Amino acid sequence: MSALVKLIDVIKRYADVTALDSTNLSIERGNTTVLIGPSGCGKSTLLRLIVRLIEPDSGSIEFNDETITSDTIAKLRRRIGYVIQEGGLFPHLTARANVLLMARHIGKAQDEMQNRLVELCDLTRFSVDLLSRYPLELSGGQRQRVGLMRALMLSPELLLLDEPLGALDPLVRASLQKDLKGIFAQLRQTVLFVTHDLAEAIYFGDKIVLMNDGRVVQKGSIADLRENPSEPFVAEFINAQRGVLLT
Amino acid sequence: MKLPRPIGVGRDRRARRARPIVLLLLLLIPVAVVVSASANPVTIGSKKFTESYVLGEIARRALNDAGIAAEHRQGMGGTIILWQALQGGQIDAYPEYTGTIAQEILKTGQQLSFEDIRDALAEYGVAITEPLGFDNTYALVMRRSEAQRRGIRTISDLRQHPELKFGLTHEFLDRQDGWRPLHERYALPQQSVIGIDHALGYSALANGSIDVKDAYSTDAKIEENDLVVLEDDLRFFPKYEAVFLFRSMSPGAITALRRLEGTLDEKRMIHLNVEAERTKNYAFAANLYFGPGKGSAPSMGESFPHKLARWTLRHLELAGFSLLLAVIIGVPLGIVASRGGWIGQGILGFASVVQTIPSLALLALLVPVPFFGISMRTAIAALFLYGLLPIVRNTASGLQDIPRSLRESAVALGLGPFTRLREIYLPMASRSILSGIKTSAVINIGTATLAALIGAGGLGEPILSGLNLNDHATILEGAIPAALLALLVQWLFDVLDRVLIPKGLRI
Repeated sequence: MSALVKLIDVIKRYADVTALDSTNLSIERGNTTVLIGPSGCGKSTLLRLIVRLIEPDSGSIEFNDETITSDTIAKLRRRIGYVIQEGGLFPHLTARANVLLMARHIGKAQDEMQNRLVELCDLTRFSVDLLSRYPLELSGGQRQRVGLMRALMLSPELLLLDEPLGALDPLVRASLQKDLKGIFAQLRQTVLFVTHDLAEAIYFGDKIVLMNDGRVVQKGSIADLRENPSEPFVAEFINAQRGVLLT
Repeated sequence: MKLPRPIGVGRDRRARRARPIVLLLLLLIPVAVVVSASANPVTIGSKKFTESYVLGEIARRALNDAGIAAEHRQGMGGTIILWQALQGGQIDAYPEYTGTIAQEILKTGQQLSFEDIRDALAEYGVAITEPLGFDNTYALVMRRSEAQRRGIRTISDLRQHPELKFGLTHEFLDRQDGWRPLHERYALPQQSVIGIDHALGYSALANGSIDVKDAYSTDAKIEENDLVVLEDDLRFFPKYEAVFLFRSMSPGAITALRRLEGTLDEKRMIHLNVEAERTKNYAFAANLYFGPGKGSAPSMGESFPHKLARWTLRHLELAGFSLLLAVIIGVPLGIVASRGGWIGQGILGFASVVQTIPSLALLALLVPVPFFGISMRTAIAALFLYGLLPIVRNTASGLQDIPRSLRESAVALGLGPFTRLREIYLPMASRSILSGIKTSAVINIGTATLAALIGAGGLGEPILSGLNLNDHATILEGAIPAALLALLVQWLFDVLDRVLIPKGLRI
C-alpha cells in the first residue's frame, strides 16, 4: 500500500524543549492510523506539522510524493480535512455557513454545495433542520458532527482528527465512535487520528503509532504492540490501560 | 440533556455580517458631513472675557451698519490664540490692548510709544486703529469691606498683610507684566497664590476663598460685587489702551472700524460691561453703544432653539467626523497592534501617551501647527487623537482574545489571511471593537465641549460664555444637551450592537 504522507527526519523544537525528535513516519492510503501516547508526547505536534500550523525546524514532509512547503500548503490545505476537539466551529456562523465556508470561498456552484450538504448530513446523521442553528445552540456531539462535515465538504484525501471526541460524555462518545468508523469505511478515507485513549485507538486503528517523549516508539497492530513490545515503555503504556483491554 | 433553543428557519446572512465595520462607517458619514460657510464675510474675533465680547459685537454692528457683511467669533481664547488667528487669516480683526501688544505680542520689556507699536506691527502685516478711548489696565482688587477693615488703599499697603490669599488668572501669573515682576517690584510677602479662572475668581473673592485677585480696571464685576481697585502707587502696570488690530480689509471695512476710535471712555465701557453681564446678551450691550434710537432696538438676537440647534449640529460634526477618522485609522492600527511585537507595542504606547496629554494642552499644542490653527480642523484632530486609544486597544484585544484553536481552524481550512480577517476574526472581535468605538464616541461628545476654547463652536460655546459670566443657567444650556447627547449616543450604539454583532455571538 502506498503512502499518502511521509515524514522524513522531521524535528520540531520549542525553545529548549524538543517536541518532535527526528521522526520518520508514513501514513498509508485508505486506512486509519491512530497516533497514541501520553500527553506531551508530540502527537498533536505531528498533526499540526502536516497541516503546517507550525513549521518544522528540519526534515521534510511529503504529500503524494511532493514536499510540502509554505508556498504549496495553501492549496494543499483544501485536500486535507482537520477536526479538533469541540469541532472548532466559528461561533458567529450557522452550522451551514461553517460547513460551506471554504466551498463558497473557492466559488463552488450553489446546487453542487446544496447536494453535498444533504449528502454529508445523511452521512454524519445530522438533521438538516439544525443547519440554521449557531454552534452555541447545538450539543457537543452535534457540534462535532458539523465539524466533521466541514472537514469532509471538499472530499479531502486526508482527514486529520486531533482528539475529536475528547470533550464528549461517554454515551455520545460511543455513538459518535461507531458513526465515525462507519463513515471512514464507507469513504475508504485516509485518516490520521490522535487520541490518548487506548480503547479508542484499538477501535479505530488499522495501524497504531505509539509515541513517547517526541519519538515514535512502535508502529503496528495492537497485537504487535502487545506481543512484541519494542521497549519497556510499550508494555507499561498498555498495562496502564489494561482494564480496558480485558473487556 | 438541555435542549438547544429552537429558532426559526434561518437563511445564511454571512454576507451581511462580513462587513459590520463598513456598515458602521456608512452610518456615521451623515453625522460627519461638514457644512461649509457660503459667503466670505469679515470675521471679528474676541478673547474670552466680557469686554472683548462686547467690543467684538460693537465692531460687527459697526461693519453691518456700513453695509459690510461681518461675523463675530466669540471668546476664541487668549492673546496668543487670537494673534495667531489674525496672522493665519482665520479672523480679520479683534480688540486688543496696547500694553498686551507690547508685552505679549512684541515681547519687549520697554515701554513703547504708540508709534513704535504701530511700526512694529506693520512688519507682521498687521494694522492698528487709534485708541478707542479707555484704558483697561491690570489692577488688583479686594472686597471693599475687607480693604476698609484692614486700611488697605494701595498695592504697597499689601506688604503689611502677608496672610492675604491671592487668586490670580493663569495669564496674569505668566505674563511679562504680571505677577512675578509685580511682586518683586512691590516686594510682596504673600505665599498663598493660586491660579484660578477669571470669572470663577470673582466667586472665590465674594465667598472669601481668596482675598485679592487681578482684574481689568473696566470690569463690570468691580461695580457689581462692590470691590475696590488698589492704587498702583509705584506705577507698575503699563497702559492698556483698547484698540482694534486688523489685517488687510476693504477700505470700507477699515473706515467703519476706525469710526470707533476715541468714542469709548472708561465710564461708558464699564456701563456696557455691566449691561452685558446683567442681560447675558452681548449684542444688547453693544447696541447700547450705538445709543437709543440709533439702529435696531435691543433684540435677544438668535432664538434659543435656533442657537441650540446650531451648537448641537456643530457638536455632532466635531464628534462625528473625529470618530469617523478614529475608526478608519484606529481599527487597522488595532489589527496591526494585535500581532504584538515592537510595532504593536509602539502603536498601543503611542495611543496611550496621547490619552495622557490634557485635552487643553493638546489643543494649545496643535494651534501653532500651520495646517491647523484656530479652526474646526484642530478640534477634530485633537478629538480624533483622543478617540484613537479605545478603538485601537479594543480592536487589538478583541482579536487577541479569539481562541488559538479557532484561529488555527481558520488557517487549516485553507482560508487566506485577508479572508480570515474579514470573515472570521473581525466578526468574532466585533463586540469588543464596537464597545471601543462606543467609548470613543462618548468621550468625544464630552471632550468636544472644549472645542469652543479655540472658536470651533459646539455645545462648549454656552458653557464657556456661562463660565465667563459666572452664570449657571448659561452653562447648563450647553452642559445638559451635551450630557443628553452622550446618553443618546450610548443608546444608539446599544442598538447598533444588536444590528452589527453577529447573532451567533449574542446567544
